[in-house]
Amino acid sequence: MADPRTLYQEVILDHNRKPRNYGVLEHPSHHAEGVNPLCGDHITVALDVAGETVAGIAFQGESCAICKASASMMTAAIKGKTRAEAEILIQEFLDMATGKRDLGQLSHIGRLTVFAGVRELPMRVKCAILPWHTLHAAFHSVASVSTEADADPMPAPIGNG
Amino acid sequence: MNAPLPKNRSAPAFDVARIREDFPILKLKVHDQPLVYLDNAATSQMPQQVIDRLVRYQTTQHANIHRAVHYLSETATAEYADARRKLQKFIHAREDREVIFTSGTTDSINLVMHAYGRKFIGAGDEIILTTLEHHSNIVPWQMLAEERGAKIRVVPINDDGELLIDEYEKLFNEHTRFVGVTHVSNALGSINPVKRMIAFAHERGVPVLVDGAQAAPHMPIDVVDLDCDFYAFSGHKQCGPTGIGILYGKAALLERMQPFKGGGDMILSVTFEKTTYSTIPHKFEAGTPPIAAAIGFGAAVDYLSAIGMDRIAAHELELLNHATEQMQGLSGVRIVGNARSKAAVLSFVIDGIHPHDVGTLLNQEGVAVRTGHHCAQPVMQRYGIPATSRASFAFYNSLSEVDALIAGIRKVQKVFA
Repeated sequence: MADPRTLYQEVILDHNRKPRNYGVLEHPSHHAEGVNPLCGDHITVALDVAGETVAGIAFQGESCAICKASASMMTAAIKGKTRAEAEILIQEFLDMATGKRDLGQLSHIGRLTVFAGVRELPMRVKCAILPWHTLHAAFHSVASVSTEADADPMPAPIGNG
Repeated sequence: MNAPLPKNRSAPAFDVARIREDFPILKLKVHDQPLVYLDNAATSQMPQQVIDRLVRYQTTQHANIHRAVHYLSETATAEYADARRKLQKFIHAREDREVIFTSGTTDSINLVMHAYGRKFIGAGDEIILTTLEHHSNIVPWQMLAEERGAKIRVVPINDDGELLIDEYEKLFNEHTRFVGVTHVSNALGSINPVKRMIAFAHERGVPVLVDGAQAAPHMPIDVVDLDCDFYAFSGHKQCGPTGIGILYGKAALLERMQPFKGGGDMILSVTFEKTTYSTIPHKFEAGTPPIAAAIGFGAAVDYLSAIGMDRIAAHELELLNHATEQMQGLSGVRIVGNARSKAAVLSFVIDGIHPHDVGTLLNQEGVAVRTGHHCAQPVMQRYGIPATSRASFAFYNSLSEVDALIAGIRKVQKVFA
């Protein structure tokens, strides 16, 4: 069985405590909102895309540590990348978190492997991938997304009672 | 067989260790730690006595009921009827025909909405619910209100999670047709003064449905003393199987209600010109019911009654008081819901740590709690929080398990320090 302590390691706790790129952009070219209503995770991602390059990125919101750290590390990884590079990274992160691809098949994921353990915690996958879905939505100017139904391997409400 | 033990007036000390022996699942280890199961408000565990009863039914008694004249069908029919009588006695109902088997509390409430609501509630009528309701006692009434043009009025709560009874009484007017109230809040544990609320509604000729899903497993229930018109609860929250529950309804009301589902077993005669419905409770039990589950539910209330619901309530109060005291001693932890009259449910939030992180890390210590909105989003909105962590106790929990929860919370705080 997975040990969640391997997920709650220092780098994730640090990004939760001191999230990078946390706040708003003055004049974003793209932005989107991501909500998981059942757990209450809620974040916004704003982008300043100059030509093909992400010149600025920021996020804000209320969420669990996994979601916030994922958003923080995402913004750090995406800043300065081209839109095409960003889309590759988004796909790699989603495939890693949902267990579709093994780490050996991922060539751009880098330090984001700290989130690999989330695949062993089906109820928490949607927390980790919400920022990435929101980023994807921002690129495509979709106003609002949720990861509770589609990417959750156990697509059900949190439960009864 | 399976007769409840006579109530012992000078009851011996509550022997939790002995009771825990009845529950094979409590011997499990999770992450190499003894399982500390504190999610009883979601569902409870099953004692060997109930498991054995299910096996005995399935291996020696199973057939369809109310159908054939052969031995097995007669046996299954008798055992199913016996289970109904056990439930009747458990809630002290006057007659067994006032007990309708359903698939659970949600099904029971939906039955009342369709069979009573759609017949007697119309445009401009008002339904009173409370802030503390589980979604299952909100959504069916919203569906009815939308269909019929009726209106829902909501009883507010104070900061401790207690219903404001003055406000409840002020909501009544000439349009009030129905009241739905939970006996015990699943999110906060508040025990509502339902007897007083029912008396007030009845003075104005308004019937009351009580959602007893969180009350019936934890305290003695007397539907005649409460004088409720409907009382609903589930088997799986009180040591029984999933997929079974009951709706208690006063016979006079049930007889005036329309059937909810049509099918076999609920009719006297059928021609293509006209169908005559059967009497209660059969009128509301179309199709083959979950026979095994109903018999298992009967065995579960036998098991609980043998221990004694008053003794169960006393032990759980001891657990709650110990847990509350311990948790109040933790800095950065806030209990949500401090009703003076409270069942053994402890909702809490920890400064700077999201409930889902709390739940995942407590699981690492073998401690199972529920995190989220507990299907009671209006309660969460009232406190301006998206979610809480919730420890909910059963009679088979021990004081040392409370201590394991507290130690687990300290560890969670250490990880995030």
